[in-house]
Amino acid sequence: MNAPTETAGSGAGTGRRRFEMRLSVAQRGILVAIAIFAVMFMAYAWKQPGPLTANIVNTASNKGALLALVAMAQTLPVLVGGLDLSVGAIFVLANCLASTVVVGNPVSTTFGILAVLLVGLLCGTINGAIIVYGRLQPLIVTLAMGAVYFGISLALRPQPGGSVNFELADFMTNSTLAVPHSAILLLLVVLFIWIPYRRSVLGRAAYAIGSAEQAAYMSGVPIERAKILAFALSGLLAAIGGLLLTAITYSGAAKLSIANDYTLNSIGAVVIGGTSLFGGVGSAIGSIFGAFVMRTVGDLLIVFDINPVLQPLFVGIVLLVAVCMGSLRVLRIKNKLDLYR
Amino acid sequence: MVVLRVIFRQFDRATLIAFACIVVILLIGALAEPAFLSSDYLLQQLHVAAFLGVSATGVMLVILLGHIDLSIPWTIAVGGMMATGAAGILGPELGVVLAIPFGILCGAAIGAINGLGVAYLRAPAMIFTLGMNAVAQGLMVYHTGGFAPQDRATPFMRELTVGHLVPGLPNPLLIWIVLGGATMFMLNRTTLGRQIYAIGNQERAVFLSGVDTRRVIMICFVISGACAAATGVLLAGWANRSYQAMGDPYLLPTIAAIILGGTNVLGGRGKYTGTVAGVILITILQSMLSVVQPQRYFAQLGLDIPADTFRQVVFGLVIVAMLLLYGRQKALR
Repeated sequence: MNAPTETAGSGAGTGRRRFEMRLSVAQRGILVAIAIFAVMFMAYAWKQPGPLTANIVNTASNKGALLALVAMAQTLPVLVGGLDLSVGAIFVLANCLASTVVVGNPVSTTFGILAVLLVGLLCGTINGAIIVYGRLQPLIVTLAMGAVYFGISLALRPQPGGSVNFELADFMTNSTLAVPHSAILLLLVVLFIWIPYRRSVLGRAAYAIGSAEQAAYMSGVPIERAKILAFALSGLLAAIGGLLLTAITYSGAAKLSIANDYTLNSIGAVVIGGTSLFGGVGSAIGSIFGAFVMRTVGDLLIVFDINPVLQPLFVGIVLLVAVCMGSLRVLRIKNKLDLYR
Repeated sequence: MVVLRVIFRQFDRATLIAFACIVVILLIGALAEPAFLSSDYLLQQLHVAAFLGVSATGVMLVILLGHIDLSIPWTIAVGGMMATGAAGILGPELGVVLAIPFGILCGAAIGAINGLGVAYLRAPAMIFTLGMNAVAQGLMVYHTGGFAPQDRATPFMRELTVGHLVPGLPNPLLIWIVLGGATMFMLNRTTLGRQIYAIGNQERAVFLSGVDTRRVIMICFVISGACAAATGVLLAGWANRSYQAMGDPYLLPTIAAIILGGTNVLGGRGKYTGTVAGVILITILQSMLSVVQPQRYFAQLGLDIPADTFRQVVFGLVIVAMLLLYGRQKALR
């Protein structure tokens, strides 16, 4: 299978290979996502009326960062060969909880943030524990647990509303010297969660599991812990996303459409970001750019004067096209048997 | 004797557990309210269960193959909205006859695209059908946004859901019985049925045996789309109109019913009788929740919790609990 390399591509080769640019599949995926995003954002900047102000960039960054966090949350389960249909529900749950507890003086706000993050981590851990110890399919477990988490968020917030610490919210959504704080938040998440995870034993184990679970088991990879950690961190990242949503909207709302929308878009972002849905190949960095691509689709619809109600249609088409691009291997396969598992 | 054995074979362990759960829930309910065991109530529940039963029939075939169909919610909406819309465009005479076939045809078309993606392009079913769900949603939103299509159900659709062709048997239940009987026959007694189970177990081996497995997958997705659209038509008749989110509450119950009935999520194993039990179990669970109204007890404690919370939480937990009972995979060794 494909080697789980994301950073090892620059390693020294031998002979003439030394001078070739060697990129791993994941690195190529990230570059493609960055290229698509660059083209789309330039089209947007060119078409939209007026100059590109820091304000517009900030708004785009806020919207993109929201989805990027959920997409990163989706990446981890996908890397171990699963799919998490509950990221949207955890995101909404965090939003509803944050609109209740992230209020008041700095001390209570801090505890509120910690509570939200802990709840996210807990939801993810529950998913992972059921999947690992119950030996069940991630897809069905997360579908069912997603309903549970959504039910709890409904109980927290039967009607949209709530409040949030305004200073914190404004700080999270503003920009300094044209650098949006939400982009810095993404950078911090990558630096302090994704990269340490990627380099840890359990992070490498996740890639090994996604490539070949049986072989990983035979090699003594800690499968159970790696899977639970992947789902737990996924819950944590979704909760950070929910926190950012609360900062942007100043309120919480338990709407099933929001949860479904983010779950769907996160999968699209993961696919565009070059992560293989069969596990073992990919990176959360790619998903970030995938998320920005997904969000720019919506912005492009507006500047090109296409009815914004058509957004789900375009998101769906982007997803289908992205999945079909992955299917191009069907044409390259020489032995027809390889098509069938 | 042979007949008995054939019947007996339809009840595996999961099916029996599901039927036992139905009886237990009914008995517990009857302790609080004896009317739960009346034939009126039971018939009414079966009437409601038929909607879920029709959509679960199609999805079960897809799950038996080892795939999944997440495009159910908006395929249901497509079925309902296209049928009522066609009735509006075609007028009262043609519309009455052609509206329902047209709605089901639209659902079958969505299923065909799903089948194309999953069977021929080998795209992962869960992603592809999720994408199709969004596409169907976009198309339906556009359909209602551009102009105001008819959303009233035709009298015939109304009759189809509330009438009684056979005295004492509501029409949707009759439809479900016919559809379910045909499906059971197909799964147990025809080559196609054997091929579906075989593909769920090992597609490679089936391909090597000379079966066009892609065609089989395609057929199942088309049936799934058509069944979902038929559910949409029935629901439109039931509510007397079609609306955008009409399919949203059906994804989780449909998949839950199939899994509670003991169908293996990875494909290859599962009985239709199990799905029947799962559908009835889910319907009765839903009905119990709306009768017992747990939110009232919390309201007395000063907690305002919406009824939907209990439905979502109970559903989710029941699915996980049932899966833990009989859906576990083998441990790695």
